[in-house]
Amino acid sequence: MEHIFYTLQDFMVHTKGITYLIMGGLLIALPLFWLFLTGRDEKNKTF
Amino acid sequence: MTITRRKFLGWIGGAAAGSATLAGTVAHGASNKEFKGYPGSFGVLHDITKCIGCRKCEQACSEVNAMPAPNKPFDDLSVLEKERRTTVTTHTVVNKFDKREFDKSATSQSGNAEDSGDKLGGDKQVINSSGSLFVKKQCNHCLEPACASACFVNAFKKDRTGAVTYNESLCVGCRYCMVACPFNIPTYEYDEPLTPRVMKCTLCLPRIQEGKLPACVEICPKEALVFGEREELIKQARMRIQKYPDNYVDHIYGEHEMGGTSWLYLSPVPFNEVGMREDLGKHSAPELTAGALSAVPIVVGLWPVLLTGIYAISKRKDKIAQEEQKEAVAKVKEDAQEQMALKLEELKKKMNKEREIAIKTEVKKALDQAAKASEAKATKLSEEEQ
Amino acid sequence: MTLQTISIKSRLINNPLIKKVEWTPVNIVTAIILVMGFFLTIARFFGGLGTVTNLDDNNPWGVWIGFDLLCGVALAAGGYVTSSACYIFGLKRFHSAVRPAILTAFLGYALVAFALNYDVGRPWRLPYPVFYSPGTSSLLFEVGLCVFLYLNVLFIEFTPAAFEWLGLKKIRSFVVGLTMILTIFGVVLSTLHQSSLGALFLIAPSKLHPLWYSGYLPVYFFISSMFAGMSMVIFEGSLAHKYLHHKMDDTHLSESDGVVLGFSKAASFVMMGYLGIKLIGLAIDNNWHHLFTGWGLWFLFELIGFVAIPAFMYAVAARDKNVKFARIASVFAVLGIILNRLNISLIAFNWHLPSSQRYFPSWMEIATSVFIVTLGIVVYRFITAYMPILYEHSDYKHDNSNQNANSHDD
Ligand code: SF4
Ligand code: SF4
Repeated sequence: MEHIFYTLQDFMVHTKGITYLIMGGLLIALPLFWLFLTGRDEKNKTF
Repeated sequence: MTITRRKFLGWIGGAAAGSATLAGTVAHGASNKEFKGYPGSFGVLHDITKCIGCRKCEQACSEVNAMPAPNKPFDDLSVLEKERRTTVTTHTVVNKFDKREFDKSATSQSGNAEDSGDKLGGDKQVINSSGSLFVKKQCNHCLEPACASACFVNAFKKDRTGAVTYNESLCVGCRYCMVACPFNIPTYEYDEPLTPRVMKCTLCLPRIQEGKLPACVEICPKEALVFGEREELIKQARMRIQKYPDNYVDHIYGEHEMGGTSWLYLSPVPFNEVGMREDLGKHSAPELTAGALSAVPIVVGLWPVLLTGIYAISKRKDKIAQEEQKEAVAKVKEDAQEQMALKLEELKKKMNKEREIAIKTEVKKALDQAAKASEAKATKLSEEEQ
Repeated sequence: MTLQTISIKSRLINNPLIKKVEWTPVNIVTAIILVMGFFLTIARFFGGLGTVTNLDDNNPWGVWIGFDLLCGVALAAGGYVTSSACYIFGLKRFHSAVRPAILTAFLGYALVAFALNYDVGRPWRLPYPVFYSPGTSSLLFEVGLCVFLYLNVLFIEFTPAAFEWLGLKKIRSFVVGLTMILTIFGVVLSTLHQSSLGALFLIAPSKLHPLWYSGYLPVYFFISSMFAGMSMVIFEGSLAHKYLHHKMDDTHLSESDGVVLGFSKAASFVMMGYLGIKLIGLAIDNNWHHLFTGWGLWFLFELIGFVAIPAFMYAVAARDKNVKFARIASVFAVLGIILNRLNISLIAFNWHLPSSQRYFPSWMEIATSVFIVTLGIVVYRFITAYMPILYEHSDYKHDNSNQNANSHDD
């Protein structure tokens, strides 16, 4: 998909739009990965 | 492609020139890293030296945009006495600035201009003789509009014709665009309780799309306004400065201000003397905010990692502390037991010893007694024998 | 299920909610303000911004943004500061301060959102930036998105108190299990929108006085939000002690001095760091010469009078373990934050305009802000009166003390 941006403004709306989506993904992915990472740790919690 | 009013009309002949010219833009393989704006987009060159302050453009603007008629008619020039700004019902205003220290240069300029036989594109170098300068003010249709960069619903868009458009159906009315605009252009319908709009010049986009000139350019009797491709206008402005260096300061206002604007200005005096700020800098609005915006995703990416790290460390510390405590408690217990055992043993030993001693003494006693007894027996026996 | 609803109902009914309001002077003033607010609301939504405010085309933002939004958000930073101190940095002695701080933060943000409805032209379009037409190049979009998300996070963080009040044990323990992730989200979102509030002004270098304009504005706003939050926790705590002492349990009372002194120490040091980066800001833009103008004096007044001095007072309070002194310092620090936000949004903004074109709020604008703050206090009083905020609910005492060990992850 070749798209030409003529103004920095349009370029930023586009790229920031994508980064915001990535940010949302990260916020979900990081905790899940942490769960995976520590999944085998021995449970010594109180709950 | 510089177009004055008459030329433009003749040349186009009613065709939709705007769209025709711009249709070819796809061919320009502009790089995505550097942004030069829409190729072939239009602009207006405002030559301050030619403006006579007749307010015709104000009138045309008002009519085209179907604004209510003002209290004082447009031919009443007394309104020029006070510096004005754009308002909800006036998208453009002409302001008057008294010639002060620049009087001298202006007169010499007018002489100069009349002498020079070389006319530029048919333009006559007419310097108005009233002793005042008139400057038209309206939205400059920035190449990288601050209002568009600021708007959080994308209500403003830079059109490929060059116009910066406003979409009323998206606007929330936060007025951040007004905070952002370096030229203080957008206005707001403060008296509208439920449907306030942001109001500003449209560059007559609907007219441009019909192949017409912006109303103000069309009506200007002195050709103080010239509509055309921005690139061409810049070239023409340079040429004017070159041809009549005494007429103009060597600066095309709008070529670089805030990243450049579609409206361009030529002035005989430094621009800050005619109410235009010269300290705006060349950085466009999106450049000013790019740094802060690009920090945002990094925070989202790194903060959770860092914070979880800190959390894990503090938690680990807690755990270690807990374990140490446990150990310590256990040790104390153990120690206590050991000591207890030791003590017990000692006690036992002591007791044993004491018992032994006791036994010994008892035995001794017994033995002694036995011995005594036997002795006594023996003596008794021997006595009896004797 | 029906049993539960019945019990909730009975709780709601039996609660002294319907208890007759006593007409103490405070309550009378409150009532007057609320009635006035009602009329101002009508004036705003039937007459438009023009009838109520002194805003104009040169000064599009007034106290409703400068005070309600900027100060409101900064002073509500206590939520993320306290919860991160307790749960992330593992400073458990702050535990009893977390709930009141979360509550104030939640109310603060709710009021900010409420106040925005007065300020923007078409409030029903406020969801547009997030759901309909995101203007991602705008810092206001960033602020809007984060404030919206954070309001939700704070709401969830606050719900355990309400669930305890209503006796909903299961759902409460589920939410408590989310504590850790909510706290981290809270810090991320707070970092972003606190700093972006400062970054809002990056786009207008030609309007804000150079002493206040800086490329570091987002950093300044973020750092100052930290000590704003801590100062607000201390300040609010002293008010609560005065008026709601009877609502506090022993844990809260015994920990509160420690919280005050701990935050004094932290705030003091952060403020010194803030002064340091302010100095760096001056140096990096070579703004020294502005210091010797009237604006410079005003700038120094803000920095020395309302940052350096309270920082020093906090330090003395922390060294002497003088809780009272720390509370006095917190008043100055809070005023300093307000002064700073007003300077940036109103006082040093448009500084180049002639005074006739400058903005001064109308009494109705100020009254509306007072109304909104009052509304917040009323709700706070209601919630602290009925929900386990300043004390731990007897059913969950043990649970709460283990909360920091409780987390969904690790
Ligand atoms: S002059 Fe102002 S309103 Fe016009 S495009 Fe530029 S920033 Fe927008
Ligand atoms: S007032 Fe309207 S156009 Fe201006 S920034 Fe806000 S939403 Fe966008």
